[in-house]
Amino acid sequence: MAEVRDDVRYLASHEWVKLEADETAVVGISDHAQAALGDVVYVELPEVGSRVAAGDEMAVVESVKAASDIYAPVTGEITAVNRVLEDAPETVNEAPFDTGWFVKIRPDDAASLESLLLPSAYQALCESEA
Amino acid sequence: MTLMQTCLYSRHIAAGGKMVDFSGWQMPIHYGSQINEHTAVRERAGVFDVSHMTVIDVIGQDARAYLQHLLANDVDRLATLGQALYSAMLNHEGGVVDDLIVYRAPEGYRLVVNCGTREKDLAWLQQAAEGFAVEMMEQAELAMLAVQGPQALSVLNQVLPTDVAQRFKQLKPFECLFEDDLVVARTGYTGEKGAEVMLQKDAACALWDRLLEEGVMPIGLGARDTLRLEAGLNLYGSDMNESVKPSSCNLSWTVVHNGRNFIGEQALINRVPTETEHKMIGVILKERGVLRSGYPILCDGNQVGVITSGAFSPTLQSGIGFARVSVEETSLTQLSAEIRGKLVPVTAVSLPFVKQGKAVYQLLAD
Repeated sequence: MAEVRDDVRYLASHEWVKLEADETAVVGISDHAQAALGDVVYVELPEVGSRVAAGDEMAVVESVKAASDIYAPVTGEITAVNRVLEDAPETVNEAPFDTGWFVKIRPDDAASLESLLLPSAYQALCESEA
Repeated sequence: MTLMQTCLYSRHIAAGGKMVDFSGWQMPIHYGSQINEHTAVRERAGVFDVSHMTVIDVIGQDARAYLQHLLANDVDRLATLGQALYSAMLNHEGGVVDDLIVYRAPEGYRLVVNCGTREKDLAWLQQAAEGFAVEMMEQAELAMLAVQGPQALSVLNQVLPTDVAQRFKQLKPFECLFEDDLVVARTGYTGEKGAEVMLQKDAACALWDRLLEEGVMPIGLGARDTLRLEAGLNLYGSDMNESVKPSSCNLSWTVVHNGRNFIGEQALINRVPTETEHKMIGVILKERGVLRSGYPILCDGNQVGVITSGAFSPTLQSGIGFARVSVEETSLTQLSAEIRGKLVPVTAVSLPFVKQGKAVYQLLAD
């Protein structure tokens, strides 16, 4: 069974987002998502400094199976991207909640995270898709 | 519709297989990591369950004449028992109905065709048999395993019955042996050394178990696809179909014109002058990324072709694909693939990309 972290929020499209102490939001894809994708072979990341709106396609993850869009969970500015994924995209499979993160966003409104899925709701979603 | 299962279904589950619907069959797409499976076949040995493929025996006094009429390759190349031949069968317009391997069997011939085209092929075979004294018998009870990789031959020598192993050692590529219900052929779909084994279901289960005991890794359909792509081998439905002629999908080498008048031959000879001529080449992405089927191929801003099969190549660590391109408009040194609206340059290369674990492609020039 795929791991569902308790300390993050989720999108129904399988991204997770976590608010750090400095109020930046770290975004990645869930364990369930990486397992469904299979081996990740390429990640296309946005430009640091670019603006994204919640729901925008902001990155692409390509696995052996297919290309999938990664959606921005919040509106704000990209402050960092995970360069590790450029040379080691398999990190997304190995540690989706940790070193396999995609981007950091400085949200315009940090409170907007609270409207995203709680771990329990996301767990139920994954079970319904299984 | 209920999905069909091969006799190895419970073994796929036991090995951690992630099962998917493949043309009506529940087959493993991978057993954990498609890339690890791909690498195992390139570096060691892997076993594939290909029992879903369709096996048809053709017997009768006209079997040879019938197959010379049906197939674009000439079964007369199979001079003796124990030889195998790759061929396309064409429709009257010269398009590919299916590709297959034909084996010269003790009685007549054995065909192995694709599973996704089974019903169409059976109907085509019947219809083309009009006027020939032949009988077609599908062997649905047989299972088939492919064992492929640099260690495949030595492992098979260990696990096959001693007398069969003695005969197996003598076989060259595209040769096969028949021993009652057991057929072992030096054929495959990976670009590695190896064999395909047709046998009864309980024998197939026993062989699977022995191969896994010897450390042979089970390989899913995902790695089967990337292995055949690196090996420059076509996939029916992607790289060829009923409106694609052999010359447009790199199969000219399998077409033999020797006056025997096979189905589709006239259409190949009487080419319509206005018809755009296509050829299939290999392409490698010059930047990081993945090629997928359907991506347009451009030259000087104009679309000149399309990717028919694409993937990330674990051996080359690059995006690779087959591109069907128009012969006239294409400058091979200036091609790009359109990926999500962006043009990314590609290198045009000869096929295959990889043979026996090594990159073997050559750069193509105009």
